[in-house]
Amino acid sequence: MDTKEFLKKLCTGYSVSGHEYSIEETIKLGFKKYADNINVDKLGNIIIIKKGQNNISKLKIMIAAHMDEIGLIVKSIEKNGFIKFTNVGGIDPKTIIGQEVIVHGEKPLFGVVVSKPPHLQEASESEKVPKLEDLYIDLGYDSEKLKEYISVGDVITINREFKELKNDKVTGKSLDNKAGIAVMYESLKILNKTKHKADLYFVCTVQEEVGLRGACTSTYSINPDIGIAIDVGFGSTPELPKYETIDLGKGPGITIGGTIHPKLREKMVEVAKEYNIPFQYEVSPSSTGTDADVIQLTREGIPTLCLSIPLRYMHTSVEVVNIKDIENTAKLLAFFIASISENLEGLLCY
Amino acid sequence: MLLKKLTEASGVSGHEREVRNIIIDEIKDYVDDLKVDKLGNLIVFKKGKENPKKLMITAHMDEVGLMVIDIDDKGYIKFTTVGGIDKRILISKPVLIGDKKVPGVIGSKPMHLQKKEERDRAIEIDSLYIDIGVDSKEEALKFVNIGDYISFDSKYTEFGDNLIKAKALDNRVGCSLLIELIKEIEDVSFYGVFTVMEEIGLKGAGPAAYNVDPDICIVLEGTLCYDVPQIDTHLIPTRLNNGPAISLIDRTTIFNKTLREKIAEIARSNGIPYQYRKSSMGGNDSGKIHVTKEGSITATISVPCRNIHSPTSVMSKKDYENTLRLLKAILNEYKKGEFISGIQ
Repeated sequence: MDTKEFLKKLCTGYSVSGHEYSIEETIKLGFKKYADNINVDKLGNIIIIKKGQNNISKLKIMIAAHMDEIGLIVKSIEKNGFIKFTNVGGIDPKTIIGQEVIVHGEKPLFGVVVSKPPHLQEASESEKVPKLEDLYIDLGYDSEKLKEYISVGDVITINREFKELKNDKVTGKSLDNKAGIAVMYESLKILNKTKHKADLYFVCTVQEEVGLRGACTSTYSINPDIGIAIDVGFGSTPELPKYETIDLGKGPGITIGGTIHPKLREKMVEVAKEYNIPFQYEVSPSSTGTDADVIQLTREGIPTLCLSIPLRYMHTSVEVVNIKDIENTAKLLAFFIASISENLEGLLCY
Repeated sequence: MLLKKLTEASGVSGHEREVRNIIIDEIKDYVDDLKVDKLGNLIVFKKGKENPKKLMITAHMDEVGLMVIDIDDKGYIKFTTVGGIDKRILISKPVLIGDKKVPGVIGSKPMHLQKKEERDRAIEIDSLYIDIGVDSKEEALKFVNIGDYISFDSKYTEFGDNLIKAKALDNRVGCSLLIELIKEIEDVSFYGVFTVMEEIGLKGAGPAAYNVDPDICIVLEGTLCYDVPQIDTHLIPTRLNNGPAISLIDRTTIFNKTLREKIAEIARSNGIPYQYRKSSMGGNDSGKIHVTKEGSITATISVPCRNIHSPTSVMSKKDYENTLRLLKAILNEYKKGEFISGIQ
């Protein structure tokens, strides 16, 4: 499968935080061919293992990309096929108005978020952002029927087609962070043809969007020598200041900041230059807001890196990424991993 | 499927060609006269039993949408609205631009980077833009031009118990009803008019009515429906699944009482559920039609649509069927001639 095809599969599936099992099979099927072993831990993290060659010192590198996505959840079933809902993860109510959705119950049910027609609004009303708790989803069944199909606690995703735009860009929901999973997939493909010393643990983590939870337990159990988080970064758009963003099409963002091991980061930059892979810097002095934050602080501390795929309109259902950025991030990750020799001492000392 | 074909076509006000061509294709073998007037209105005549009072049935072909007004140096597309659109429904939606239907998206600032006051305030249209993936203005101009019409990208979807989600149900539902009437009704003389530019100020209807000069006109519409739980009954304009909505009054017309009562009576005597449209807001082609030339008496019969003027409008197939039944019953009465006797 090529990157785009795999990414499309991931994005059209659903994996709202805590309910990632729905795309477990898709991920396993995709990675199977390139992995030595695939495990799923107690929280649902998928751990894809690829052994290194002559790895006498049992060097371990963990690569983490979260597979969960933000979504909604059913709070109550009301009269006439309407339901009330709330958010799972960071949802901007502005992005929910007038959306079509799928409620993942006994059977997936299509519905729409109902809004007041403009004709009936008071002048000031259209200036306000409604609260999620004031909105309804219309599922079009009477309540009795509805209760056969769905229950309180079922998760809901926006019904959004994955589509190609111009210039290698694609759009869809949950590219944050299915794009990261695609990076691991492409990277593993390259590493199947490239020598590497370290044993590799590619982890599709759960519950990142609700508090970096999957990375917490998986890092503890793997206890890697190096941890690398792959996530998305704010892509530049007209309304955002340049210093807050990275550009689409200019390669991965290499994160700089307290979370990131400075020597390892320098090594990452060296590799990018050596192989002519475009890259940018992403500055996060305190926390990165990614799995890297918890990987770093696991056990007695783990030297950690973070690569960001530039992504526009984060946490909307029309996120945009450039496929070339995914490919370049995968290349950089693979070549960095291949460049790590057994002796880490020089690389890790301050 | 007719309604799928009609709703997935683009026909933003002033650019109804795609919709008009679909309609012409559908009805051309069923009419005795067909013409497209100078504004783009499609006017057809079905010849049958004569009635001294001339009947016209109309449905507007256009839909609300957007239009390209500028392209910036990076290739982002600025737009304005065409017709009444709540700016808040635009965010996080896909759109199609121009006749080539170039896909694009309307994104928004990530919530992580919004200031407190930005989180609570709706985003102004002039802060929004469409992203088609290009990296420069030159590149954008290969696919998009200033003045191109933009429509929502929304597929016709059936869901729930006999419901339909689509864009432009206002007023492809009216077009679909009128097409079916034209195809199915035999032996009644009437004019069918598919108008242009209703959503930007009822522009097509006046000249069309001038041309036809009807005595009676029935306007077919998709209308406001907002019937979520926990709102006062008197604030509910129409309810889904309660049958066709007969208009009482809106911002453009006080509907003729004799005619609307006659229609309600026909519904009752045929066992067809109906409701009154209880909002005085909004307006439709009747506003122009009933004051054209010496005037005419008009009625509006609508299929209720939740989320009207949005990419995710919702209607009920039952309401559609009942509206069609009512229209056929009306034409049946009209054919008898005495339909008109009670009207001054």
